[in-house]
Amino acid sequence: MDTASEAAPATATEPLSAVGRHQTTAFFLMIGLLAMAPFFIYPLFLMKALCFALFACAFNLLIGYVGLLSFGHAAFLGSAGYTSAYAAKAWGWPPELAILAGTAIAAALGLAIGALAIRSKGIYFANITLALAQMVYFFCVQAKFTGGEDGIQSVPRGVFLGLFDLRNIMTMYFVVLAIFIAGFLLLYRTIHSPFGQVLKAIREHEPRAVSLGYSAERYKLVAFVLSATLSGLAGGTKAIVFQLASLTDVHWTMSGEVVLMTLLGGLGTVFGPVVGAFIVISLENYLAQLGAWVTVVQGIIFIICVLTFRRGVVGEIARLIRKPL
Amino acid sequence: MSTIFGIPTQALFGQLLIGLINGSFYAMLSLGLSVIFGLLNIINFAHGAQYMMGAFAAYFLLQWAGLGYWWALLVAPLAVGVIGVVLERTMLKRLYALDHLYGLLLTFGLALVIQGLFRNQFGSSGLPYQIPSGLTGGRNLGFMVLPNYRAWVVIFSLATCLITWYVIERTKLGAYLRAATENPGLVQAFGVNVPRMITLTYGFGVALAALAGVLAAPIYQVNPLMGADLIIVVFAVVVIGGMGSILGSIVTGFTLGIVEGLTKVFYPEASNTVIFVIMALVLLVRPAGLFGREK
Amino acid sequence: MMKRIAIVLATVLALGPAAALAQISDGVIKIGVLNDQSSLYADLAGQGSVVAARMAVEDFGAEKKGMKVEIVSADHQNKPDVGSAIARQWYDVDKVDVILDVPNSGVALAVNQITRDKGKALLVSGAATADLTGKACSPNTIHWTYDTWALANGTGNAIVKTGGDTWFFITADYAFGHALERDVEAVVLKNGGKVLGKVRHPLNTADFSSFLLQAQASKAKIVGLANAGGDTTNSIKQAAEFGIVKGGQSLAGLLVFITDVHGLGLPTAQGLIFTETFYWDLNDKTRAFAKRFAERDKGIHPTMIHAGVYSAVLHYLKAVEALKSDDGTKVIAKMKEMPTDDPLFGKGTVRADGRKIHPAYLVEVKKPAESKAPWDYYKIRATIPADQAFRPLDQGECPLVKK
Repeated sequence: MDTASEAAPATATEPLSAVGRHQTTAFFLMIGLLAMAPFFIYPLFLMKALCFALFACAFNLLIGYVGLLSFGHAAFLGSAGYTSAYAAKAWGWPPELAILAGTAIAAALGLAIGALAIRSKGIYFANITLALAQMVYFFCVQAKFTGGEDGIQSVPRGVFLGLFDLRNIMTMYFVVLAIFIAGFLLLYRTIHSPFGQVLKAIREHEPRAVSLGYSAERYKLVAFVLSATLSGLAGGTKAIVFQLASLTDVHWTMSGEVVLMTLLGGLGTVFGPVVGAFIVISLENYLAQLGAWVTVVQGIIFIICVLTFRRGVVGEIARLIRKPL
Repeated sequence: MSTIFGIPTQALFGQLLIGLINGSFYAMLSLGLSVIFGLLNIINFAHGAQYMMGAFAAYFLLQWAGLGYWWALLVAPLAVGVIGVVLERTMLKRLYALDHLYGLLLTFGLALVIQGLFRNQFGSSGLPYQIPSGLTGGRNLGFMVLPNYRAWVVIFSLATCLITWYVIERTKLGAYLRAATENPGLVQAFGVNVPRMITLTYGFGVALAALAGVLAAPIYQVNPLMGADLIIVVFAVVVIGGMGSILGSIVTGFTLGIVEGLTKVFYPEASNTVIFVIMALVLLVRPAGLFGREK
Repeated sequence: MMKRIAIVLATVLALGPAAALAQISDGVIKIGVLNDQSSLYADLAGQGSVVAARMAVEDFGAEKKGMKVEIVSADHQNKPDVGSAIARQWYDVDKVDVILDVPNSGVALAVNQITRDKGKALLVSGAATADLTGKACSPNTIHWTYDTWALANGTGNAIVKTGGDTWFFITADYAFGHALERDVEAVVLKNGGKVLGKVRHPLNTADFSSFLLQAQASKAKIVGLANAGGDTTNSIKQAAEFGIVKGGQSLAGLLVFITDVHGLGLPTAQGLIFTETFYWDLNDKTRAFAKRFAERDKGIHPTMIHAGVYSAVLHYLKAVEALKSDDGTKVIAKMKEMPTDDPLFGKGTVRADGRKIHPAYLVEVKKPAESKAPWDYYKIRATIPADQAFRPLDQGECPLVKK
């Protein structure tokens, strides 16, 4: 999709050294706010937003920097969630191993789905990811270990790395924050590396990149698997935070939600998905008493974003300050 | 009790017939989607919501105007079609110059809004709609009782599909439509009002969805979420048939309904996934679908 | 919020029974009614449960006794994640002391665990799974109204004893459906019957045609519907379309509410036999309640779930008053200590495993000609005495019960 190049007049995939202080400032501002937030705002809500922020950032790698719209990312979030939940509850694994197990499953699933889907482009890619994610959904409905409609409940939080008791909500929060930062930095590094440069070249003009000797398919596949893996990290963490894995996380409407978050925040921007995730989760929380108004508002945001606000919140800010964000 | 492949005939034929009925809905819905994509290059994610609006239109016509099923078959598609035309004129038009994916996202947003509004107002458990009095009762076929209404659904959808196919592929109007998609500039130069054709085509596709909704109302009950999970299946049908191929959608729709029915007999757990498995396989072998042409 | 509590406390302190409120958290007893308000279980519980809770608070005379009681409600949409999130928010942030109702056994089990972790109280009226007083029993939960074992014992026994000895189950594919199917199957097998087949359907299914065909093909005498609410009414309506009953099979609605019968209409529902623990037309007291309830809830008569919410809230408030505290674990223990008495269920008790005990009724839906007034739907076929209506205490595998 071409918005990424609209959004970032200076290329958003320049090498790290050239990026400049504004992004570093923005990063420390974000960390600062997030570190102070749990003392003022309900930490469970913040953790939910952090997990989704990581999910959206992972998704953004694919749409913003490779130009592929995947409509099946819920498969990675949800399957990792189920795996982590099951590992923690049925096998009694400590949380760090449970989350890693979830992440690994998401990576494997990413490889499988990516290998099948990567040959298609555009609408066809969106369609095939949607269909394959549906298969994952129905697998989760049928499989015994997922508990069907009831989900996997009462997942123990445990003790992280043998040191941090996750039943304490503040401890849990800072562990989740650390996981988020790790994932965020990994994505950031990827984008601002030679690998990221090639991805951008492929997005801008694939045949030319191929003619230069780059195997476009292999690069796209690696990006896809990375995106799936970090989505899995978000999903596994979420399962431990909420002590529950359910069908909602593998349903296709979840795939739509992450698109919404990224679109609203700003496709192809670094901080956009984080902002988008926080906005959407806050809206859901605030409107929760009003039932179905949540979907209506989400739909309206989608429509407005597509028609007139394609750069998203962070994209518009970036345009104002004339620097990539 | 006779058996075929170890399954009692009664069970087999029964499920096949149910599969055929489901296939009628798949065919009609994928027909509308295919028309819209084939001629306009828009992926109409709101198709499921428009199907739902057709069912609700039938419900409202009955509740507020006392107009029954037969009126609904005529009026509901027109009403929803008009809404579709309005949507196209106000919103979709602006996206033609952009990447097709924006069309997908816009219609996705529309679907959320429409479904959310209806859910807010009516809850999500379904409103009753009676089978029209001319079509109640059933026929005992020996291996099962076939409700008359469901037989009507199959016949009506088949007729609608064939008529649509004929109009698009074999008449002058259809030829203009097809030409307009391939080369709008040239066709416009010939004096054909291309934008209006596009608008009307979108309206027609939406009307088809609404028509399917009216047909569904007595069977599936009128429910704000009735289109939501159906749309994903219909996408798969369209992709398998070939996005843009009218004949492909019709054939695939009916066939997949039957395949689903068969799967319910032999391997019920997989009946939900079989369509997606087939889609994945077809896409690997023929990315443009069985009857499609690569765009 | 803080200012409001300060004013309340000040006013109450000035009035008198101040010491009594000193141990009630924030000076307010906050009741949360959590159920399905927009989907297939909205009629049998939904807003009606909130009405029932309010009536209980008024009848208890909370205002006169100087107790401040607030009621909040939310829609869990039949999703365990939504239900858990609301429960957590209510307990952590909104200072809710007790959660009521929770139809949908999957959600109830999730909330059961959260309530236990946080030491609050849960009074289940809507959910059915007998596991709530079995494997999942908790010192913070009381299971009111009914459960899958009571239904199986009442309906299952009655049907098998009258010749319905071969069964085919159409089951809602989640905790409730599985529990109900399991409990009824046990009764069928114990009485020498056979289960010829089972099929599971997703919650909130619109089209039962393929499941009904399978039931037909099995040739079982009884098609057992192990589902509820909208799923049950859809199954029954479509069974008529496919000539199930005409073909010689009988439908057994294993969990049916008066609102379902009202939705189906007597011509379709007549003859259905099932078990309930409350009927509005039982005696003068229940009739009086139903009249008041209908005035407040658009003419709808109360289901046993609504009655259960009323009864539970009443007993809860009595326990809080006696204990002078709303600490979840302590109140639940007090509720088990005190015998219950209310106009709807009469006298009863709460057992150690959290099971509320009261009689059950086997009812049959009247023929249209037999019904003399709106909502006059049931004939009482039999009364199952309280000590036989529920699973014996030692059979439940509840860890709280000392062997």
